[in-house]
Amino acid sequence: MVEESRCALSSAREEVLARVRTSIGTRAAEQEVIREYRQAGQLSEPGRINLFVDRLEDYNAGVYRCAAPDLPDTIAAALTARQKHRIIVPPGFPAEYLPPGFDFIRDQGFEYTQLDATDGALTAATAAIAMTGSIILTHSETEGRRALTLIPDYHLCIVRANQLVETVPEGIRALGARRTSPVTTIAGPSATADIEMTRVKGVHGPRTLDVIIIL
Amino acid sequence: MSIRVGESAEAATFPKAAKKLLANTQLRRNVRRATDTIRNKRAKVVGEMPDWEQLRTAAQQIKQRTLRNLDSYLEQFEKACTAAGGKVHWARDADEANKIVVDIIRGHGQKEVIKVKTMTSDETRLNKALEAAGIAPYETDLADLIIQLGNDKPSHIVVPALHRNKSEIRQIFMDTMGLTELGHKPEDLAAAARDYLRERFLRVKVGFSGANFAIAETGSVCVVESEGNGRMCITLPDVLITMFGIEKIIPTFDDLEVFLQLLPRSATGERMNPYNSIWTGVTPGDGPKEFHVVLLDNGRTRVLADEESRETLHCIRCAACLNACPVYRQTGGHAYGSIYSGPIGAILTPQLQGMEHSTSLPYASSLCGACYEVCPVKINIPEILIHLRRKIVESGGAPMTERMGMAVAGFTLEDSGRLGAAQKLVQLGRQPLDALGLPGWSVARDLPAIPTESFREWWKNRGAR
Ligand code: SF4
Repeated sequence: MVEESRCALSSAREEVLARVRTSIGTRAAEQEVIREYRQAGQLSEPGRINLFVDRLEDYNAGVYRCAAPDLPDTIAAALTARQKHRIIVPPGFPAEYLPPGFDFIRDQGFEYTQLDATDGALTAATAAIAMTGSIILTHSETEGRRALTLIPDYHLCIVRANQLVETVPEGIRALGARRTSPVTTIAGPSATADIEMTRVKGVHGPRTLDVIIIL
Repeated sequence: MSIRVGESAEAATFPKAAKKLLANTQLRRNVRRATDTIRNKRAKVVGEMPDWEQLRTAAQQIKQRTLRNLDSYLEQFEKACTAAGGKVHWARDADEANKIVVDIIRGHGQKEVIKVKTMTSDETRLNKALEAAGIAPYETDLADLIIQLGNDKPSHIVVPALHRNKSEIRQIFMDTMGLTELGHKPEDLAAAARDYLRERFLRVKVGFSGANFAIAETGSVCVVESEGNGRMCITLPDVLITMFGIEKIIPTFDDLEVFLQLLPRSATGERMNPYNSIWTGVTPGDGPKEFHVVLLDNGRTRVLADEESRETLHCIRCAACLNACPVYRQTGGHAYGSIYSGPIGAILTPQLQGMEHSTSLPYASSLCGACYEVCPVKINIPEILIHLRRKIVESGGAPMTERMGMAVAGFTLEDSGRLGAAQKLVQLGRQPLDALGLPGWSVARDLPAIPTESFREWWKNRGAR
């Protein structure tokens, strides 16, 4: 039975590939794709940051800017403003960034229902794109596995100014070798356009997104 | 081999179905309103891109290149995906694809699957096959949930429940979710969907998705979405099955930089959709432990074979052509009798399932060209429509359909902006439409017979020009 189905599968493969080859017919010599679209950005760092902030606010995300030493205080301010207390953090997130007075839980591969019982997640990011207000996670030790920034209803994400690029091509290329890790790009909180085509905030992913930009 | 495109094989012809739907004023109002909103949003965010045309050109060339070498890209994808821990299956047609999915789920002794919106699974009618096998499919896209709970059919390829307004959706949720109270705001409806599905997301062991792009170079798969239900389905279950048409391949990872700019702006009029997920095989400690890919042909190689209409396979399912189409905007999606509606449906469905099964669809257009203008991958839909009409005529079919096509053309009259474009029909050797004295589509439904001879003559002369 197993043998038989394996045989059927491989013949489906051969048949589909054979059909593809027949359908393609004669092949002309390949030409390079003309890529005359914008690849590199033009803005200076402050310009990039302003654009990024503008986009995030357009998505209804909260934005904070701070210098590195003020990070713990800024995290505290963001969590307090949203009344979030029990926060899950990825295993490799630096302990020195965590302000006192909150219940930070390090992820140790908790069950989904346990993640669901937290108030939110605090993570770093791999890169960010100003033009589209996108945060890119590659789910490293400081960003956490994918479920971490998905199940809790709140995501507080930290982006360093030097991780911020201007264009989508720059963002895709910034991934480098990390591109075959799981990649999630996030542009604003979970939303839907399914009800009369208007962007409604908050469906299944985190309904609230705050971003701290370290200058 | 039986090619099935949803329920299209049993559907009424376009003119018949359209006539009935045109009588439904609520539906027409909903469709008109939603497409107006999306068109305006799209125009705004496309307008701010100085390099939009260059992006379109690059996308077109990437897709052309992919199709010309599809065999090697498919093999490259298979190799890379397998190396990363994925299992690749091949399916010649809908039944074969469904069987693969059912067998995987059964093999794990599971009876439920959470699904994120997938056109290809609508195409193969996977849900029916799952139900027949005793497996419950849960649609998780808000629009699909509205369709599934309302026992309805999708009418749009990006926003399948576009024909439903807020208060209709509220009623469906009240009736089917066992709610005694529910607010009227869109936010309330979204929250109801969140509550309804959350427990299933956390519990169900098998997930199912489609793919917007599959990358040959790395074996990665990309899903573009808004709500987070896609992330739930591809991340939380132990087993993930992803099914997509063989034309969804793109050669390199960097090619995403083109499509991830074109798709959200064209589809929902956003600079970027909230979430894109890209994953490569299986990642220990993060997400599913088992990952299956089902590569689906189901008529695609037949489309590939015709060089003049091959570019139909470039489609990234953004639905911009639906929103722009004066015919779609009048009839809504159900008239097309296929899950692929609007201009893309009019060219894709007949080619996928064989021209003989849907001879009226290539006439469901006024050839005004709006679809081509907005298409992010530059598919010349009007030209393909003409090509398909010629094929139908050459095969001796369609005695009445030319006139049906003309009847459809009358829709454009209501859309004053398209009037000029509709005049293109004059070049086909006909009377100017406005000279027919048609004040609007309602008269156009019963358009007086137009001499069919001129059309044929035009065909004959066309080659000589
Ligand atoms: S044909 Fe073009 S405009 Fe229409 S859905 Fe496909 S990609 Fe979008």
